[in-house]
Amino acid sequence: MSKTIADAFAGGKAFIPFITCGDPSLEVTEQLVYAMEEAGADLIELGIPFSDPTAEGPVIMEADERALSGGATTDLIFDMVCRIRKKTDIPMVFMTYANVVFSYGTERFCQKSQEAGIQGLILPDVPFEEKEDFDGACRSHGMDLISMIAPTSEERIAMIASQARGFLYIVSSLGVTGTRQKITTDIPSMVRLVRENTSIPCAVGFGISGPEQARIMADASDGAIVGSAIVKLCARYGRDCVPYVKDFVREMKDAIRQDL
Amino acid sequence: MTNPRGRFGIFGGQYIPETLMNAVTELEKAYDTYKDDPAFNAELTELLNEYGGRPSRLYYARRMTEDLGGAKVYLKREDLNHTGAHKINNVLGQALLAKKMGKTRLIAETGAGQHGVATATAAALFGMECVIFMGKEDTIRQALNVYRMKLLGAQVVPVTTGTGTLKDACSAAFREWKNRISDTHYCLGSVMGPHPFPTIVRDFQAVISKEIKEQMLEKEGRLPDAVLACVGGGSNAIGSFYNFIEDEGVQLIGCEAAGRGVNTAQTAATIATGRLGIFHGMKSYFCQNEYGQIAPVYSISAGLDYPGIGPEHAYLHDIGRAKYVPVTDEEAVDAFEYLARTEGIIPAIESAHAVAYARKIVPGMGKDKIVVITISGRGDKDCAAIARYRGEDIYE
Repeated sequence: MSKTIADAFAGGKAFIPFITCGDPSLEVTEQLVYAMEEAGADLIELGIPFSDPTAEGPVIMEADERALSGGATTDLIFDMVCRIRKKTDIPMVFMTYANVVFSYGTERFCQKSQEAGIQGLILPDVPFEEKEDFDGACRSHGMDLISMIAPTSEERIAMIASQARGFLYIVSSLGVTGTRQKITTDIPSMVRLVRENTSIPCAVGFGISGPEQARIMADASDGAIVGSAIVKLCARYGRDCVPYVKDFVREMKDAIRQDL
Repeated sequence: MTNPRGRFGIFGGQYIPETLMNAVTELEKAYDTYKDDPAFNAELTELLNEYGGRPSRLYYARRMTEDLGGAKVYLKREDLNHTGAHKINNVLGQALLAKKMGKTRLIAETGAGQHGVATATAAALFGMECVIFMGKEDTIRQALNVYRMKLLGAQVVPVTTGTGTLKDACSAAFREWKNRISDTHYCLGSVMGPHPFPTIVRDFQAVISKEIKEQMLEKEGRLPDAVLACVGGGSNAIGSFYNFIEDEGVQLIGCEAAGRGVNTAQTAATIATGRLGIFHGMKSYFCQNEYGQIAPVYSISAGLDYPGIGPEHAYLHDIGRAKYVPVTDEEAVDAFEYLARTEGIIPAIESAHAVAYARKIVPGMGKDKIVVITISGRGDKDCAAIARYRGEDIYE
């Protein structure tokens, strides 16, 4: 029995790394999951590559291109997750785009995800108004469709938070994914609105480049999500990226630990 | 025809990041406020007529009719509009709406460059900042239009991601909008994307079929038997069809870009080769692989080189109200040359797809039948590319 999303937040601030499956290969992705868990990751966000990821900046776009041209497919990714699940109970969620799920058959996708041992699904191009079909299929397969709120959400926060499941993904900044020098959004007041409407944990992502930013974001919420900064290491070191990513994740987790 | 939340049957919707949800809601509210506002509509009509050159002519193509020997052929001359295409109809509407919303900056995607030129034109007219996203490949195919946009004061951003064509330009425009919303309106160029765009763009383009109807009743005292238009995203086609949807006797035919053929991978014929999917904010038909990865489509026409089709077209196809047919590069180029020689009209290579299909069906129709072909744009922009296609080594 693998841990739940709630377990990921049970031991203090959660560190949630993102990697794109198949970048540079599915074998390396598998090794990355083990290494990140050892380094202190609490929940792993696994990206299923999409040809046209409209919410991503250049770093993750290029990772998706590398993964797809390397032959990663949804089925091969399910096989990989099944292998991973035999060796670890760390909670894992998929992050991909609506068409990857819809075209596979939403019901079938969720069933295969459940069988592989996935706990949740993040679809950045499915807002509250369109979530019904995806949410229903996730629920019937023991998964949570993760809701997102953005700096522009304002009066939508209450509506979204009140129906959110698993954890709430707070998008730190306008624009696409990618590391930023500064995050100027008033995260604490977004979190305050979230807390008024739900008891599930919330984590901040988009634009977190290093330990100091991660600490500030995690202090203001229940955890930090980091994608592009890790994917940059995968791009730079390719097949040899595992130790570099492991060190980075350890550094980030250490930075957000409250007891330090 | 639009259901609540922008559905056409099962098609349409709002599949966009949360960051943009309030922006599209704000746009929807503004549009609902102004669409029936007499002052807004008077201002828009004035712009369309005095600046845009409307109404466009419905021209009886005598030589083409005689040559084909079947139905009477009329051409709806959207190519005569200011900026040389139907795109200006939608752009003037959206720019005016953006102005009312207090926006000071327009961004847009463009394929052939016609929508980019129209947007840059409106931005100049309204004194707005303008940024156009254009696939790198298309900036080469349509170099003249790039220059026109710059001349009009717009910044042109070549998009190198993906296939470097219209879909990538569209993704880049969405990314930019997500980055800067408060002062920026995304002036989407076709009947696609998230609600309310497919409805707004259709309404602004519906002037085409409104005029065809009036002009045809005046000239022939009856409605046409068929209306033909080319379809990429589908804005000139929906504009040409819209006021005839209730007139069951009028056949509506959308002509898709088949590229090198629907049996090859080098095609952009979405209805012929695509399947149901979710992309660029909408549920519709898309060219994609078995895992839902969007296909790298191809057409000689940069304006039809798009892997999807607007949700209302998908719906009209599903209910059988409109028919969608594939037309190859070769057929379109033949038609481009044919219309130039027969009528002295050089159509956009996009519009030539509709001319090509008319050449197939008109001879088989009775002389008492009437066909309207929408010439969505003029072909000056395509001359160099067509010359190269025919092996003549000319560059602009």
